[in-house]
Amino acid sequence: MTKLTPVLSAHWDEKDSHTLAGYQRHGGYNSVKKALAMDPDAVIQTVKDSGLRGRGGAGFPTGNKWGFIPQGDNKDHYLVVNADESEPGTCKDTPLLLANPHVLVEGVIIASYAIRAKHAFIYIRGEVTHVTRRLLQAIDDAYKAGFLGKNILGTGFDLELTLHIGAGAYICGEETALLDSLEGFRGQPRLRPPFPAIAGLYARPTVVNNVESIASVPAIIEKGAEWFASLGTEKSKGFTLYSLSGHVNNPGQFEAPLGITLRELLDLAGGIRTGHTLKFWTPGGSSTPIFTDAHLDTPLDYESVSAAGSMLGTKALQIFDETTCVLRAVLRWTEFYKHESCGKCTPCREGTWWLVQILRDLENGKGSEADLAKLLDLCDNLLGRSFCALGDGAASPIMSSIKYFRDEYLAHLTHGGCPFDPVASTLFASSKVGA
Amino acid sequence: MTAVQPQTDQITLTIDGFEVTVPKGTLVIRAAEQLGIQVPRFCDHPLLSPVGACRQCLVYIEINGRAFPKPQASCTIPVENGMVVKTQLTSDVAQKAQEGVMEFLLVNHPLDCPVCDKGGECPLQNQAMSNGRGESRFEGKKRTFEKPIHISSQVLLDRERCILCARCTRFSKEIAGDPFIDMGERGALQQVSIYEKDPFDSYFSGNTVQICPVGALTGSAYRFRSRPFDLISTPSVCEHCASGCSMRTDVRRNKTLRRLAGNDPEVNEEWNCDKGRWAFQYTMAKDRIAVPLIRENGVLREASWPEALAAAAAGLKGKKAGVLVGGRTTVEDAYAYAKFSRVALGTNDIDFRSRPHSAEERNFLASHVVGSAVRYSDIDQADHVVLVGIEPEEESPIVFLRIRKQVRQRGLVVTAIAPWQTRGFKKLDAKYVGVVPGTEASAIAQLALTSASVIVVGERLCESAGALSAVAELASKSGAKIAWVPRRAGERGALEAGAIGNLLPGGRPISDAAARVDVAAAWSVESLPSAIGLDSTAILAGAASGAIEALVVGGVDPFDMHAPEIAGLDKAFVLSLEMRPSAITERADVVLPIAAVVEKSGSFMSWEGRVRAFEQSVPETPHHSDLYVLSLVAEALGAPLGFSTVKGAAKEFGTLAKWDGARESFTATTASTAASSTALATWRQLLDNGTLQINEPNLAGTARAAVARINAAFAKSLAVVNGDLITISTDRGALSLNVEISDVVDNVVWLPRNGVGSQSLRMLGALNGAEVKVRKGL
Repeated sequence: MTKLTPVLSAHWDEKDSHTLAGYQRHGGYNSVKKALAMDPDAVIQTVKDSGLRGRGGAGFPTGNKWGFIPQGDNKDHYLVVNADESEPGTCKDTPLLLANPHVLVEGVIIASYAIRAKHAFIYIRGEVTHVTRRLLQAIDDAYKAGFLGKNILGTGFDLELTLHIGAGAYICGEETALLDSLEGFRGQPRLRPPFPAIAGLYARPTVVNNVESIASVPAIIEKGAEWFASLGTEKSKGFTLYSLSGHVNNPGQFEAPLGITLRELLDLAGGIRTGHTLKFWTPGGSSTPIFTDAHLDTPLDYESVSAAGSMLGTKALQIFDETTCVLRAVLRWTEFYKHESCGKCTPCREGTWWLVQILRDLENGKGSEADLAKLLDLCDNLLGRSFCALGDGAASPIMSSIKYFRDEYLAHLTHGGCPFDPVASTLFASSKVGA
Repeated sequence: MTAVQPQTDQITLTIDGFEVTVPKGTLVIRAAEQLGIQVPRFCDHPLLSPVGACRQCLVYIEINGRAFPKPQASCTIPVENGMVVKTQLTSDVAQKAQEGVMEFLLVNHPLDCPVCDKGGECPLQNQAMSNGRGESRFEGKKRTFEKPIHISSQVLLDRERCILCARCTRFSKEIAGDPFIDMGERGALQQVSIYEKDPFDSYFSGNTVQICPVGALTGSAYRFRSRPFDLISTPSVCEHCASGCSMRTDVRRNKTLRRLAGNDPEVNEEWNCDKGRWAFQYTMAKDRIAVPLIRENGVLREASWPEALAAAAAGLKGKKAGVLVGGRTTVEDAYAYAKFSRVALGTNDIDFRSRPHSAEERNFLASHVVGSAVRYSDIDQADHVVLVGIEPEEESPIVFLRIRKQVRQRGLVVTAIAPWQTRGFKKLDAKYVGVVPGTEASAIAQLALTSASVIVVGERLCESAGALSAVAELASKSGAKIAWVPRRAGERGALEAGAIGNLLPGGRPISDAAARVDVAAAWSVESLPSAIGLDSTAILAGAASGAIEALVVGGVDPFDMHAPEIAGLDKAFVLSLEMRPSAITERADVVLPIAAVVEKSGSFMSWEGRVRAFEQSVPETPHHSDLYVLSLVAEALGAPLGFSTVKGAAKEFGTLAKWDGARESFTATTASTAASSTALATWRQLLDNGTLQINEPNLAGTARAAVARINAAFAKSLAVVNGDLITISTDRGALSLNVEISDVVDNVVWLPRNGVGSQSLRMLGALNGAEVKVRKGL
């Protein structure tokens, strides 16, 4: 039985966990002191040795990303933290920043020092005003305490940290669209190459990292790469935040080593909604192909989830029990992608427009079995054909749900509409409120 | 296609089983073109930066045996050694991907081809047929928009047809530097947008209509006018300025319906300006002179050609005559005027410069310009381009685009010596050297150039005494090339043809006896007049004084000149060759109608000295070229020209076009030191009251406002703010305009030379640098 390994979330239950005092009570900002005494390349090497992989979804080794920044090029370098958490189901960065914003600030300082950036940016999702306030306060406090600004801790290292509040576009979570948005342009993904490591923000070498990736760095510096690498699996090292939502008795954040299974997590979360059974779930947010109860024992690490036909993504486990209509869930997600498609490329822009219409018809019992073949073919024309991964994300839930629940799609046609009672899947249905 | 690439590293790859070797950096889609393999595409354009938006050009790619996991956009991927590319021709994956994208593209497209202007010449229509599925599986609801919307008075946008390839927005941003259209909204509702009510303000907007791969952008004037298959298309050359653009003229039933930019990598690439594209109604004006006219009892009456030719001959015979050619003639027509003047009239009193001019200029043209060949490619390779006496965006737009391209691509250094830091100079990122008009010479003298530099000299620099001498001095000191860029399309050709008082064809100095013998032999005449001819101003003055008794006048507006002696036109016998009634017609004794450019063949010589030949676009026309009409007059005078066709004139000029003898020597003129307390700065805007722009309301709608420009300090001294009326006056007249505070040098007021309500020459009689008075109000 895998145990929880609370590091980032260790002190979330303390009232002042979000304050500088609360953070420092547990050794906060000690890692900065340690890191700034190291050679920057040694910091990069430590992160490489730890095996930390990007927690934003793609799982790219963080240390390698830092190592791509050309050094001695006489150019400004930038660190950009992607806090534009917008994926349906994904809810790890927001609680992390709400409860412990200083761990991110500390990580930013260490990462910036390592890549020789003098200016770092956090691009935060505009809707999370409460988090923005806390993060602003944390940054302000860090400046006052001398962790940011000129000559940090007397080491001669200067760093400015700017919090940028996004305007609410899912596409701005795509790193190059985020950079365009940060520069003041319309958020649409850029052509790569050049990659951000060569020409990112303001065409300067830039590292774009997820909040959780950067927040994991202070612990790695403090406890060492070996400690971090000792957790998790061979290729997916360390701990991470698993976010369980939906039909579970105790939804929330579960910080555990990579490789834990859903079965174990469900045990920790008090199980599926009482009296119900697991039907399907997303391993890493709505963009990752869905799993069923057949995957309860799939280790939730990058390789195993991939081998099972999905992606670890953001480890946003949305749990759906047998009361949920899979078509209804998929249609809602597809509507989201249609709404959030930036419009730049044809497959995503037009494909999502079309897919929604077919799915709506099917939900209403209109169409025929041939429409499933059409849906799959359209998804095949969308997946891997779009400019960025948004299109892939739009196709994945449709393809995977038809794979596992084809009969349920067809039942809509024979039933003349959705055979499910949508109320049964709601929270109030189980709690009998108002009954 | 793009300009010839300099030799670089070569890359060999395989496309559909064929090996091809292309320069490093070539995109896969271009490399395929080298093999004749057409990968379908929409957003891709060889002159725009890659964007990879439409995804139509997806192909399968392997590098050294490792396949990309998904099909790649061939318009964004540079070739690599060992690359194996499979297009739709050999890869089912590529074929299916392309068909899938095409089907997606048509989901929200209205498929209104039968009523769309683009139907029949539409890349979407064509490629949907060649690379799409036969039938769409889409049964849902299409996105609709209100249609069309005006993004400017001349460009309309049908948003539901748009496939969002971003060619238009990239063109505006990258090529024209006018980013007044951009994408707005998102998803399927994304659309090309203007900012609130600010229209698409660009002199180059027509190119977006031309490169739109669907019928989303249309030109107001052509919309719903024709189907492409009803048009007869003729390659042609633009007559509106000296840039030398290749064009295509589309004619239906003898009416010109459309003109498009031609593709000439060495000159205009694939672009042209809106004037070149959309100013041709003048050729079909209702007031075109259709038949010869003779003045009888003070009134012009229609006459037959024999009667009119006899009257012309009678009026010219034995008279001391002068010839005013005008700046819009073809090379062949100018050559005919040049020969007519010497052979039929026996005089060197001929000048094509129906605009402000100077003796210094004539000397400069004969010594530094005629026979020279500075090219667009010299701009491409220049280390420094100096602009003096020219605002290229207004006065030679393709020169502007070419300089801008080099500024964008490689940071070409540009210096602009001018009294006003215009929007065009800013778009060139030019180092602006502000000068009071008339003092250019000292600014020129301070420049340090190399033999790789190009000094771009506008025709109006002649208004600043000593400036051309300073240019000549700078060029000889540094080895820099001189690019003399006149405004009008015919000026350089007329110079080479000898339609000027100091030169015979080929730039032969009249002062050179051997040159005269040379030409006389070619023309089979005993001798040629040896006295240096008068210039335009002196010819008119001579007519006024009686020294000149007869005038042959081509397409000339006397009010384009500085202080013309109009009385001379009243006094002398005037033979006018004209298309439409003008100030000359009013005073002419015999008027002979002539053909517009689209009605004849010929060639223009661009500012480069490049011959730009074109064929007749309008198949049936009653009109004849100037040279044919002149040949008839010469015949009637008993002094035949020896040719009556464009081919004949071109062939004969061809034998005289080169001269390896000495050019006229140059005598420097010293700059004037007289300073004005308030000086005038003035030049023509691209779109203005020009006679070739009549009857084009949509085009005129995008003209820049005629305003008076002064700087903030000047405005303060006059106690005026933006929009206030000020009056500018000289002892010859006054005009009033609204003020726009601009980056103009101190104590200078800038006015359009031929704007609405601002014809500075005609209304003020004032040139650049002239002393003017400025006051608030009327």
